[in-house]
Amino acid sequence: MAGSRCKPPDAVVWPQNAEQVSRLAALCYGHGLPIIPFGTGTGLEGGVCAVQGGVCINLTMMDRILELNPEDFSVVVEPGVTHRALNTHLRASGLWFPVDPGADASLCGMAATRASGTNAVRYGTMRDNVLNLEVVLPDGRLLHTAGQGRHFRKSAAGYNLTGLFVGSEGTLGLITAATLRLHPTPEATVVATCAFPTVQAAVDSTVHILQAAVPVARIEFLDDVMMDACNKYSKLNYSVAPTLFFEFHGTKEALAEQVQRAEEITQNNGAFHFSWAKEAEERRQLWAARHNAWYSALALRPGSKGYSTDVCVPISRLPEILVQAKEDLKASGITGAIVGHVGDGNFHCILLVDPEDPEELHRVKVFAEQLGRRALALHGTCTGEHGIGLGKRHLLQEEVGAVGVQTMRQLKAVLDPKGLMNPGKVL
Amino acid sequence: MAELRALVAVKRVIDFAVKIRVKPDKTGVVTDGVKHSMNPFCEIAVEEAVRLKEKKLVKEVVAVSCGPTQCQETIRTALAMGADRGIHVEVPAAEADRLGPLQVARVLAKLAEKEKVDLVLLGKQAIDDDCNQTGQMTAGLLDWPQGTFASQLTVEGDKLKVEREIDGGLETLRLKLPAVVTTDLRLNEPRYATLPNIMKAKKKKIEVIKAGDLGVDLTSKISVVSVEDPPQRTAGVKVETTEDLVAKLKEIGRI
Repeated sequence: MAGSRCKPPDAVVWPQNAEQVSRLAALCYGHGLPIIPFGTGTGLEGGVCAVQGGVCINLTMMDRILELNPEDFSVVVEPGVTHRALNTHLRASGLWFPVDPGADASLCGMAATRASGTNAVRYGTMRDNVLNLEVVLPDGRLLHTAGQGRHFRKSAAGYNLTGLFVGSEGTLGLITAATLRLHPTPEATVVATCAFPTVQAAVDSTVHILQAAVPVARIEFLDDVMMDACNKYSKLNYSVAPTLFFEFHGTKEALAEQVQRAEEITQNNGAFHFSWAKEAEERRQLWAARHNAWYSALALRPGSKGYSTDVCVPISRLPEILVQAKEDLKASGITGAIVGHVGDGNFHCILLVDPEDPEELHRVKVFAEQLGRRALALHGTCTGEHGIGLGKRHLLQEEVGAVGVQTMRQLKAVLDPKGLMNPGKVL
Repeated sequence: MAELRALVAVKRVIDFAVKIRVKPDKTGVVTDGVKHSMNPFCEIAVEEAVRLKEKKLVKEVVAVSCGPTQCQETIRTALAMGADRGIHVEVPAAEADRLGPLQVARVLAKLAEKEKVDLVLLGKQAIDDDCNQTGQMTAGLLDWPQGTFASQLTVEGDKLKVEREIDGGLETLRLKLPAVVTTDLRLNEPRYATLPNIMKAKKKKIEVIKAGDLGVDLTSKISVVSVEDPPQRTAGVKVETTEDLVAKLKEIGRI
């Protein structure tokens, strides 16, 4: 989070199983000690900062992959399992878990922040891919949000407790296991890229591709600043212009059709130079710019740190907010490159800042907040993927409204009356 | 054109992501209940064979594995990647522990002749023993040319152009078929098995035979004396200045 230094806890413990987590929670709660759940610590919004001190419960020693049900497309994982580790484990099974945030994050942590990845446009986010959670409540009771051992694909039974905890950022309990929804590994993959004369043209293409029901797996937007950064960093020769990177999944026959439709649509919107690739090694090369985006941006200003904004708006409002964002960047004198999950209307400004310069940090903070408000004004959300954490609590209020926040506070008060679960976050 | 037939050897090993634990009696590592997978270099070999078949340069890809019943899972993975049929050379678990490169090479050499293949593909080494010998021994027994550590493979009529990764850089060889090739990391990126292909693979044939049926003797002159953990890493030492660093290095005889 821009400008916040890490606040360490008073103690760290590494439980080996849910029963120990339960006893720890009850112990801490009984003594009035704040409880900070910890997975891989890769969250971007200060979610593990112990702002009131307390006990950090590091769940990474619980790292088993339990119960793989291939015919039911489900698997149960403990908090120490990351998404890459799970997919490595699944690689010979014909199944995969598609939510892939940039960091190799804990899957239970991803559930806690309702994380997303670059293929949300086709496979959804954690919201759509968590079937059940095992949660240790603040007082130590063990809760199975959809019932113990259950892994159905749909249910109409009672309140959606699973949904309540997905995105609760450790403020309602500790997730000790997650039942996840798996998908068949794509039979074949093709990637493509093309540049556009304007941001509007790139966004229009995205909308038209979605309207044509092309089941695009990834559709990523990089602005001209980012493309320039990528050229410099990876010594490549992309056009320095708004660019889309596509990925398509399907059978060979279906892919040919998907690529053809996408190419037609982009050409109708004035794209230049549509190139595509099929083999794994060539696909990697074509997407190199997108893969290295973070590092390319940082390399624009060596020694700086990167801060990423995370707003999400209806797709139709994306060109408008991107233009506003670029104007704000100029006005505030911050160097920033833009990467967007344009199929979701979600984009990140990667802002480069000198972490030792308080004035600069302040400017970044102001920019980020202004961007958050711009997104809200366009019927969007102040955070598409990263969560509220420490820094966006006031924006949450503006986003969901007074009654929304009151309701959230009431729920929080019921489950955590003493306010000891990850204090200072979300609300 | 597509008259070439390929034999790909695949080994079932402990999955690379597993934390290895040495058995308390030091006779080996814990394998019970531990995840096993196809050796990563064998995956590259299967992938290369399947790509050659897709390019219509190879007509049939036969996958073979030596070991206990569980090897059939590994062969099924090869079939799901695109191999046409499998051969399981059944070796009971206790004996399988003593299977070394020479024994496997003897089996592969006999099979290569029996199946009349033009190309034998293997991973350069297995990640459990790191021997890097089976391919070379197989070529020796068959008296076939070998291209090991291949990072690129091109079929040129009845010859094979093999680019090899060696200590000094890259070496390119031209081999007359039939030949043995062992695969290195940069040769290709293996495909993942997909559900439809896993389904199809269930219908492909796996022939089960014994080493004795091939007239191969599996006795080994090597026995494992003990298996131990590597020594614990000791903490490093921090020094204040470069001069201190140089002095310390001199002191311990490193420079």
